[in-house]
Amino acid sequence: MFRNQYDTDVTTWSPAGRLFQVEYAMEAVKQGSAAIGLRSKTHVVLACVNKANSELSSHQKKIFKVDDHIGVAIAGLTADGRVLSRYMRSECINYSFTYESPLPVGRLVVQLADKAQVCTQRSWKRPYGVGLLVAGLDESGAHLYYNCPSGNYFEYQAFAIGSRSQAAKTYLERRFANFADSSRDDLIKDALIAVRETLQGETLKSSICTVAVVGVGEAFHVLDQDTVQQLIDAFEIVGEPEGPAAEPEPEPEPEPDAAAEEGTTADQGAAPDQGVAPMDI
Amino acid sequence: MTKQQANWSPYDNNGGSCVAIAGADYCVIAADTRMSTGYSILTREYSKICKLAEKSVMASSGFQADVKALQKHLAARHLIYQHQHNKHMSCPAMAQLLSNTLYYKRFFPYYAFNVLGGLDSEGKGCVYTYDAVGSYERVGYSAQGSGSTLIMPFLDNQLKSPSPLLLPAQDAVTPLSELEAVDLIKTVFASATERDIYTGDKLEIVVLNADGIRREYMELRKD
Repeated sequence: MFRNQYDTDVTTWSPAGRLFQVEYAMEAVKQGSAAIGLRSKTHVVLACVNKANSELSSHQKKIFKVDDHIGVAIAGLTADGRVLSRYMRSECINYSFTYESPLPVGRLVVQLADKAQVCTQRSWKRPYGVGLLVAGLDESGAHLYYNCPSGNYFEYQAFAIGSRSQAAKTYLERRFANFADSSRDDLIKDALIAVRETLQGETLKSSICTVAVVGVGEAFHVLDQDTVQQLIDAFEIVGEPEGPAAEPEPEPEPEPDAAAEEGTTADQGAAPDQGVAPMDI
Repeated sequence: MTKQQANWSPYDNNGGSCVAIAGADYCVIAADTRMSTGYSILTREYSKICKLAEKSVMASSGFQADVKALQKHLAARHLIYQHQHNKHMSCPAMAQLLSNTLYYKRFFPYYAFNVLGGLDSEGKGCVYTYDAVGSYERVGYSAQGSGSTLIMPFLDNQLKSPSPLLLPAQDAVTPLSELEAVDLIKTVFASATERDIYTGDKLEIVVLNADGIRREYMELRKD
């Protein structure tokens, strides 16, 4: 995108009918480090890449618990994300105070979207520079939504945002048809593999990623580093130079990553639903 | 010209008694389960005890609608605290919050007489006792509610440290064990039930210690 005379104000349309400030805000989301979400019928998993700026500093918090049944992962301006998380928490508390029941996820994302829209129609405001992956469980099931700075929101089976998220999206697109019936552990495994895809060859360790789960009978919580490292080791997900470029071979092998992994059958046995060769989708 | 009187009161007294006793490493909070209005019983099975945080349990008698509103308010504030600080509130912190919340409505008070019990940051038992507008004090034991005038003197007799002026010099009261404290609670409620019409039906006892939280019930006279 190049600078032009229609991009100074969010309240100025371009002749082509675009609001450049809103689009620039969406660029800010693409600059943030990756965040990934996927859901099954009973669980939703959020995972994100958490890299500290330097060895001396701690990494930024990108996953926030909003309520026992809702959590959010952000990409972009983390300060904006923090403020929006506080708003979401406050809305959940007020709703359950009044109605003695958890706020339905669909209601929350609409409120969030409307809040974002306000910032696209006021000359003294700017759009929020953060994309939110809202994961939640309510009476109508497990949900994953993506909230844009533009005020749009979409529901997804699986999605990835932030830098190098296309690699994760490609992986998720290949596998998403299986997610609905996945077990909790398989869902987490897929999330970790998707995170690995965005790392472009770097080794996946629990110190650079954060994983959170919400599910039936399981309140939203961030998995601790030891558990995540154990899961990484158990699935034996190692950094691959080929990454997403690894073409799935039409072999009877259960999945394309089997060639990359150590090839032990222990973790393969846990996933009969991965028998579909990707080319078939 | 006589002074105008109110023909309606926003308050009602649902009766009941609440007691809490603090020990060296435990805290016992107890309340009866009878809810009354006037000379009638509304229900025999209403809990006046509410767990506010990991180590804070509150028992409140008085007007139960105000008690419920107060409990909900504190629960919401505790959630906010957890989001901001990433941990549960300590019992002394909750005690101060309760006091502030009550005083906030100084000119239209919560008709709630509270005892807050729990473990402090060192793991020792603590009991805080309140009036309706938030005046509070940390004590070793306390009773509130309709039976408090019957219960408190007996607790003083059993638990209060003797004055250092007394002769011959006596030791400070020996600390009670958890089982002795629960036993004392049961005795005390059984006695209060005899003479206080608003106390009875069932006794709910909550014990907080390092292992966690435990709940116990005892039948009381139903007349």
